[in-house]
Amino acid sequence: MSGYFILAILTLAFVVTFQIAKASEYVSVLKGEEKSFRQNNRVNAFLFILFLVLGLIGAWWCNEMYFKKTLMAQPAASDHGEKVDFMLWITFAVTGLVFLITQILLFWFAFKYQFTEKRKAFYFPHNNRLELIWTVVPAMFLTVLVGLGMFYWFKITGDAPKDSQLVEITGKQFNWLVRYPGKDNVFGRKNYRLTDASNGNALGVDWEDGASHDDIEATEVHLVVGKPVQLLIGAQDVIHDVGLVHFRMKMDAVPGIPTTMWFTPKYTTAQMKEITGNKDFVYEISCDQLCGSGHYSMRGVIIVETQEEFDTWMASKKPQYVTVSEAMAPIIADKAASSKPIAQSNY
Amino acid sequence: MTKRKNKMSIKTITSRQVVVQTAANVHEQHDHHHEESFLTKYIFSTDHKMIGKQFLITGMIWAIIGGLFSVLFRLQLGYPDMSFPFLEDLFGKWAAGGRITNEFYYALVTMHGTILVFFVLTAGLSGTFANILIPLQIGARDMASGFLNMLSYWFFFLASVVMFASLFLQTGPASGGWTVYPPLSALGQANEGSKLGMDFWLISMAFFIVSSLLGGLNYISTILNLRTKGMSMTKMPLTMWAIFFTAVLGVLSFPVLLSGAVLLLFDRNLGTSFYLSEIVVKGEILPNEGGSAILFQHLFWFLGHPEVYIILLPAMGMVSEILSVNSRKPIFGYLAMVGSLFAICILAFLVWAHHMFVTGLNPFLGAFFVLLTLLIAVPSAIKVFNWITTIWRGNIRFTPGMLFAIGFVSLFISGGLTGIFLGNSTLDIHLHDTYFVVAHFHIVMGVASFFGMFAGVYHWFPKMYGRYLNTTMANIHFWVTFVGAYLIFWPMHYQGLAGLPRRYTDFSNWQSFNQFSEMNRFISTVAMVVFAVQLLFVFNFFYSIFKGRKVKSQNPWGANTLEWTTPINPGHGNWPGDIPEVHRWAYDYGKDGRDFIPQTEPVGANESAH
Repeated sequence: MSGYFILAILTLAFVVTFQIAKASEYVSVLKGEEKSFRQNNRVNAFLFILFLVLGLIGAWWCNEMYFKKTLMAQPAASDHGEKVDFMLWITFAVTGLVFLITQILLFWFAFKYQFTEKRKAFYFPHNNRLELIWTVVPAMFLTVLVGLGMFYWFKITGDAPKDSQLVEITGKQFNWLVRYPGKDNVFGRKNYRLTDASNGNALGVDWEDGASHDDIEATEVHLVVGKPVQLLIGAQDVIHDVGLVHFRMKMDAVPGIPTTMWFTPKYTTAQMKEITGNKDFVYEISCDQLCGSGHYSMRGVIIVETQEEFDTWMASKKPQYVTVSEAMAPIIADKAASSKPIAQSNY
Repeated sequence: MTKRKNKMSIKTITSRQVVVQTAANVHEQHDHHHEESFLTKYIFSTDHKMIGKQFLITGMIWAIIGGLFSVLFRLQLGYPDMSFPFLEDLFGKWAAGGRITNEFYYALVTMHGTILVFFVLTAGLSGTFANILIPLQIGARDMASGFLNMLSYWFFFLASVVMFASLFLQTGPASGGWTVYPPLSALGQANEGSKLGMDFWLISMAFFIVSSLLGGLNYISTILNLRTKGMSMTKMPLTMWAIFFTAVLGVLSFPVLLSGAVLLLFDRNLGTSFYLSEIVVKGEILPNEGGSAILFQHLFWFLGHPEVYIILLPAMGMVSEILSVNSRKPIFGYLAMVGSLFAICILAFLVWAHHMFVTGLNPFLGAFFVLLTLLIAVPSAIKVFNWITTIWRGNIRFTPGMLFAIGFVSLFISGGLTGIFLGNSTLDIHLHDTYFVVAHFHIVMGVASFFGMFAGVYHWFPKMYGRYLNTTMANIHFWVTFVGAYLIFWPMHYQGLAGLPRRYTDFSNWQSFNQFSEMNRFISTVAMVVFAVQLLFVFNFFYSIFKGRKVKSQNPWGANTLEWTTPINPGHGNWPGDIPEVHRWAYDYGKDGRDFIPQTEPVGANESAH
């Protein structure tokens, strides 16, 4: 019912607008085209300057309202993030200046040079010096931005420190699988053909590889504050993306092509709760590459904690190989005659 | 040299009705061929003006559909907790319980992008204005090949039919985003929209690319070969330069997309592994190994980035022309404008991987793409400053076309500057695929190009239909759209700086992203208002075709270019007599105390040189 009501109102608004528009056309014919042209011109010129003034006020007001809701209002939670934020501020300063100058000139000129009988337009087809200025000056600013950007880009994408903690994260529709290399700090080999989630091998780990026997699997990522971490990123089905807004980091997870990124968390989750004043604060992993109908819900959690807390957590975890072996034990016993290793029986 | 060209131009007219040997004959011929049937005049027309109108009206229909889709998904984003029973009445299972389902949401987003980028802002924009303006502004009777030109429209029509049909499939249209990245788009198991809908999408795009190539080759050969006597390249209006570079971009880059699409069709239907490797989808282990999902992104963006300029350049050209005409001043720095178009055209081919900074691209390679991407800011800056200088000390008439042209410059500045953020890979790590990107490209290539298109429609409507559009409705259309565009997209930058990922149907489960529900409601409401005003424009358009105020003078805007030397309602062949000869550039406004000097007027003996 309300739908029809809205439709009726809309139709009415259309008809009214149309009638007014039509009437004003007749009026302009009666008044003389010259006169109505001038009136139309004055109104539009005034609206342009009004738009500029209200627009600038609106932009300021929007900033007052929403700046505090952005990440700019809180410190970046990683060393790389601080570089990104610094770059952001520099770029804001440069582009903000250009924005103000050009928009003000544009609308001011539109207002100031509106049609009048008294003025003759100034024949000004070109001026090499002016054109040189606005080729060279932007080029100089851009050189600075590119230089700074590249300096940070190579730092951020450069090799991870040797002592980085290794964490493997794998995307699938629509959640994240996490793996730690265990005591030996080496991940067990994987083969996607071995993937068998119902038998505890969601990642397709090759149990025949001894290095896999102490690997820990988890559903959330635990990191140690102040310790560099290198993420080894993969995907099983479609492209996903490990988006870490608080760390200002992001990297695609591509099936068949492993990717990586590294950073150093600066604040524990508990510290971030204080900094943001949000007692529910949590580092989230958001999927940033459309991956299907559940894309918007593909959420992961990162907990940044002290070394002791991390060690306690790690100690509580059982290697996936052990879990699988225990579950498989009865089956193995059944097949005692067969000397096949567990991985094969899974397969 | 020019004489020879003129002869050629006359000989090359191959259209059925206007077979002409000499210019003198044209007049005679013209009086004789009034026996055109409805079918040859309005449907299978080879007249460039009619084909242009066909592109425009088809584009408008698509724009309404694509715009409506955005209203629907904004309804979900703005009012995630509300249910709208009328949606279920209209869309059935896609909006069960009056709520837009996830599959439907992604289908809407995907189709919105595809339709607006390709069918509206490529076909609807270049298709329309290249066709209508090229022969009229360079002084030719028609396109180099009227028949290929007609085919170009009909391939577009075919593409439209296939894409439209895909909307009604049981499993829905493509829903993997307009960029259709595999493996998502390659695997029916992974996504409903990747079933039959994706095949329809790819086939439709193949037809679309054929259309675009036929059109583009025609535009290039017409501009190069059929210019009238005296119309050297440097005397052409900037619209012609812009359309020329657009066509070159399209001809060189669309085939690459076609190859990408064909390989994707193979992966989908023939079991090849171009893009697929080591995939486990929904527990099923696929045999494909050795492909690269990233390869598709290279192929896609090799078109996809030039595509942005295919959309933007014609708008730039028209805006340059309209700003100059209505400021009663020459465009400032004509050669710099041509040069910057050329620079943009070259650079457009060398920046595609800036869409892929976070795909695991080699960082060293990334550095080159940053450099080349930010280089584009230089020609863009030149253009902006030249436009501003063009209106400086002018005598501005705020015709509807002029309003949209000024709006275009403002939007191009706003959207262009945020490109400096995204083109810098360090910042892109953070901002990639957030609402910052959505705001950026909607302002700079979506809304700005639409403004260029509107400017063009308002400015050349008198040439197309011999009538004016209603000015009051045009003013309402401009101001609501202009203010609305900023109200919709300005706040989105803040969402982007909060890291909000694009293509999320719902943010309520996220600690980090749930703070903007009020803003989303605001944006959605404004989007609906802006959409309604576009309907007002559509109404104005069709009403004015039949009932608009009649154009009484041959040259209503007091413009210099050749299209205004044709009769108010030009027939097929454009000029009843000889094609006029050109003696000067198109921008002698306010020269030597004269308001304007048409291109056809010989340079006087004591005239000052510019």
